[in-house]
Amino acid sequence: MNLDRIYAIFIRQWFLLRGSPIRFFTVFIWSIISIFEWGFISRYVGSLGIQTFNYVSAILGALVLWEFSSRVQQSILTGFLEDIWSQNFINIFASPLKIREYLTGLILNSVVTGIVNFTLIALLAGIFFGYNILSLSLMLLPFMLVLFVFGMAMGIMSSVIVFRFGSTAEWLAWPIASVIGVVSAVFYPVAALPAGLQLVAKLTPASYVFESLRALVYHGATFSQVSGNLLLALLLSVVYLLLIGWLFAAVYRRNLDRGEITRFNSESF
Amino acid sequence: MPKTILKIKNLSKSFGKVQAVRDVSLEIQEGQIIGLLGPNGAGKTTTINMIMGLVTPTTGSIEMFGLDAAKHRSAINKRTNFSAVYSSLPDNLTVYQSLYVFGKLYSVPDLKEKIGQLMEEFDLKKFANTKAGVLSSGEQSRLNFAKAIINTPKLLFLDEPTASLDPQIAGIVRKLIVAYVKKHQAAVLWTSHNMKEIEQTCDQVSFLSHGRILLSGDPKVLPAERGSQDLEELFIAVANEPLDSEN
Repeated sequence: MNLDRIYAIFIRQWFLLRGSPIRFFTVFIWSIISIFEWGFISRYVGSLGIQTFNYVSAILGALVLWEFSSRVQQSILTGFLEDIWSQNFINIFASPLKIREYLTGLILNSVVTGIVNFTLIALLAGIFFGYNILSLSLMLLPFMLVLFVFGMAMGIMSSVIVFRFGSTAEWLAWPIASVIGVVSAVFYPVAALPAGLQLVAKLTPASYVFESLRALVYHGATFSQVSGNLLLALLLSVVYLLLIGWLFAAVYRRNLDRGEITRFNSESF
Repeated sequence: MPKTILKIKNLSKSFGKVQAVRDVSLEIQEGQIIGLLGPNGAGKTTTINMIMGLVTPTTGSIEMFGLDAAKHRSAINKRTNFSAVYSSLPDNLTVYQSLYVFGKLYSVPDLKEKIGQLMEEFDLKKFANTKAGVLSSGEQSRLNFAKAIINTPKLLFLDEPTASLDPQIAGIVRKLIVAYVKKHQAAVLWTSHNMKEIEQTCDQVSFLSHGRILLSGDPKVLPAERGSQDLEELFIAVANEPLDSEN
């Protein structure tokens, strides 16, 4: 892998963010809105006095972590879509850039926006709702690692959908994190899902993270008791990432064969 | 003896039942400018796209710099570049940013100096911080061309590179291309519908029609050899010629 070429994909995205306050704003705004929305809901439900645990901590802890994963997904998708919106595929793919370098550049960008976004909403959760995500201390790292790898897989999958079905399919790609969120047990346990969806949740790495988070914080489990689940979640995430990376390359080869790289637009599929 | 930079053999491409390119063979030596001529839909762009690695050939082989393009695409693309009338640079990046990003994609050494030199050469300095989207089409073409030679390519693909330029700027660009080829012993594969331009700049031309090369030769003598007054008349005659298989 060539670092210059990976950097080119990364810096291109940074130039775009730097040159457009609106683009910059939209990286953070939805996470900020979510924090306030769920923060107020949690505070209200907490004030009813019917719960047996700290409702604000339960919801905001999960939200901050899930927003991190979602942001990684959206950042990869946005970087990919920028090349479609600016009709840049010919320039990009006629260069020495390899597919794995292209994806690595998009991922690198998602790491930065994901971490900045995480820091910002964690701060807001602390300042406005008294929730301190750092109370999880070092246990935060494995949670974030799994969610980061899973976020990458979701981001590349979203891009695969657009790459395969054309740019009109971006409307299917944007909500992928929200759809997967249903079976990720972010705000409720897997047991709350119907039997069929529980099975799907078992195949969703994020569900293990949020089940483990609840076990640690509200049921007094130790880290070693949940570490097996986290390891399984990490393995699943890595397998999905590899499979989806392979799928992206396969769709790329298909598009080369059909000549669709050179005339990629919403009506060409 | 000049080195062979590009060698394509029996190249064909079908999209479903449509055969866009049929059995095209072509060689380019260093220092040569080859014109690829033909009416719209003749297969010129598909041929160039296959050579650039943007379309997979159905059959045939492409060899550049002695390397098989199917196996060494990235290494080959380091030494090639292109400018096409239908492919402008991202309109949301400034001139400087575009050249910087593409310079990095091609791992250009001393990139900042190189960008300065290109902006000077193509009169783009005053637009360094202007987004490409607000440039005129002539300025965008100059930017495209600056990007096309940022990595000092040994093989340059130019798909109607002067189509949107006024005659004066087009003339300047032609001179720059010819000078570039001489200076770097590079080679160019050039498509154009401007027959005068082809006559002035190309060492050899190949006429494509219905995806097949029908005729090749020196553009200065080919019309007379074929009983045409000039290249334009020959172009029209070749474009109207039906394929054997279609008779």
